[in-house]
Amino acid sequence: MAEANAPLLTTADGRPLKAALATAQQRAKRRAFLLVTPLLLFVLLTFLVPIAYMLMRSVEHDGFAASAPALVTWFEENPDFDPANPPEAAYAALVQDLARMQVERTTGIAGTRINYSVPGTISLFKGGARAAADLAPPYRESLLEVDEAWGQTALWRGMQSASGTYTTEFYRVASDLKLTDEGWARGQDNERIYLYLFIKTFMISAIITVLCLLLAFPVAHLLATLPMAKSALLMILVLLPFWTSLLVRTTSWIVLLQEQGVVNNVLVSMGLVDDAGRLSMMYNMTGTIVAMTHVLLPFMILPLYSVMKVIPPSYARAARSLGATSWTTFRRVYLPQTLPGIAAGSLLVFILAVGYYITPALVGGADGQLISNLIAFHMSKSNWSLAAAIAAMLLVSILVLYWLYDRLVGIDRLKFG
Amino acid sequence: MALPTYASPLERVWYYTYIVICVLVFLFLISPILVILPLSFNAEPYFTFTEKMLTFDPEGYSLRWYDALLTLGHPDAEGVRDQAWWAAVWERSTWVQAAKNSFWVGLWATILATVLGTIAALGLSRPEMPYRRLIMALLISPMIVPIIIIAVGMSFFYAKACVPPDGALAATVGLVLSEKGCLANSHLGVIVAHAVLGIPFVIITVTATLSGFDQSLIRAAQSLGANPRTVFFKVIMPLILPGVISGALFAFVTSFDEVVAVLFIAGPDQQTIPRQMFNGIREAISPAILAVATILVIISVLLLATVELLRRRSDRLRGVTGR
Repeated sequence: MAEANAPLLTTADGRPLKAALATAQQRAKRRAFLLVTPLLLFVLLTFLVPIAYMLMRSVEHDGFAASAPALVTWFEENPDFDPANPPEAAYAALVQDLARMQVERTTGIAGTRINYSVPGTISLFKGGARAAADLAPPYRESLLEVDEAWGQTALWRGMQSASGTYTTEFYRVASDLKLTDEGWARGQDNERIYLYLFIKTFMISAIITVLCLLLAFPVAHLLATLPMAKSALLMILVLLPFWTSLLVRTTSWIVLLQEQGVVNNVLVSMGLVDDAGRLSMMYNMTGTIVAMTHVLLPFMILPLYSVMKVIPPSYARAARSLGATSWTTFRRVYLPQTLPGIAAGSLLVFILAVGYYITPALVGGADGQLISNLIAFHMSKSNWSLAAAIAAMLLVSILVLYWLYDRLVGIDRLKFG
Repeated sequence: MALPTYASPLERVWYYTYIVICVLVFLFLISPILVILPLSFNAEPYFTFTEKMLTFDPEGYSLRWYDALLTLGHPDAEGVRDQAWWAAVWERSTWVQAAKNSFWVGLWATILATVLGTIAALGLSRPEMPYRRLIMALLISPMIVPIIIIAVGMSFFYAKACVPPDGALAATVGLVLSEKGCLANSHLGVIVAHAVLGIPFVIITVTATLSGFDQSLIRAAQSLGANPRTVFFKVIMPLILPGVISGALFAFVTSFDEVVAVLFIAGPDQQTIPRQMFNGIREAISPAILAVATILVIISVLLLATVELLRRRSDRLRGVTGR
């Protein structure tokens, strides 16, 4: 560069042009950012902070730690004790805390907290707390006399792990790990509900995505190739469901699919199905898949349409004129050009399907529930930390997909209508 | 795609199959919405077509489910329909209350989302905007993050976001909060939550409109001596207005249709139409739900028509500016 030798360009008031430009750009940057700031603050306060708070809840629970101070101190002083055979001092601390819980009425909170990792402990705590004031040393023998279960190794491990305010316990439960006498271990296969539901949610979402793609592809192609006047008319058939309330569409599917519903009635009157053998398409997986495919189909059609719209039809004609069969033309010329649309639509539908709540809750029955419904279930059972932990795991998988969407498609390419 | 004259018989078969498939998909898309319209006039409490309906017997049809919308929660459902009766409908009827709540929440959420979203979109579409991609991703994320996660997070946080009842702050903002001074169980909480959910739609539609916007128009106005305020209201706003309005409509529809956040953060005073429908479908399902659904379908047809007209107007304007 010959910059050093060249005469320095300056503005009218004598400042170097480069510096002036940089200042001006800084100012423009600041101005643009200032416009975004109000919304950014709003979203931060009402959306990001609540989600961060939820993530905190998934690792934080002082239900036991706050109500059992003596035991917490003892665990701190003796981190390496043998949970299979805790010494008398530990039992003394436990009895002291149980008596305190009875007075302060915190037995339920503490018992529930331990119950998350060692099921069946709420009643144990209630019984122990009632008896605690009358117990005399040696505490170990007298407490075990009240209930043998106080000697369980898993219980002591659970109490030790719950003696801190912060814990990864809820993530372990949500990954189907169980607290046994030997520590955290993989649960039995029939008890692996959480990961199973995660896998099921992803499988159903994948099925819905494929179904949407299969249904959307010909329709989007038709819309993209028809003359404008006709396609605008048909587009209404796509946009109307898109604009119709989700609850309305879900209600419609209940009306259509239930046992005394329209579809079954039509099938019976056509003689395809026996009146006694009406199909049950509702309150199971079929209901969830059918209704969700309907709800998400426009999200596949619209991106596909916008990509197909700009593919010049002359490419296909050129391929045909060079001797390609229509199948080859489709496979080698047309399909590759629609790939951005396929990626955009599939990722969008998949992301939306994974997080769906309303439709499975209403038409899914016991069998068609997804991971969102499990989060709502634990919320309603007041097991907030576990709900938050499952939600956090779901959030991470969605964010990975979202990142992928941004890399492959670009969020600024998202459009409606 | 028209069939070329040189098409082989196999291609002809395939072409007609393709048309049939498309027709079936369109039927799949539209029939669930159409089927509930006649069923909402069913005289019987069933969810299916009765004999009388199929033979177009007038007795098979009735407005009783629309009437049921007025009388649910009415203190004197069977009473004489005088002025006092209708006043009670307006004040007490469950569905009317839900409609009022839905409307007010939707209106304020839309205003909040549209004003903040439009200003932010103006900043985001400037070429100098730093961290553009990141901020855009952040602002659109409420649409992508599962609603249940948003609702759970908000229900935790909004129950904690309270003002002390006797502080100076409570005197000024306490009125819009719940009785305990919290965001949870208050209208403001629901409005704020719905505004967050509507923001992505405003951002997306307004930035899309601005991408076709000629930035030199701003410089032209400035060089003619207009101050930023004049530039915004006289030059930018008229041109991007269709985008802003359709973004606002999207935000309104999002709020009007939202149920999960309402289920988690609203109290009994914030009953909205979707929440009422959700409970209705879950518990004792009655064809009154279909009457509500029909009304909602009519509303969405009107909104769709509005957006479509706006889109055409904006296309036309863009044609005028030579783009």
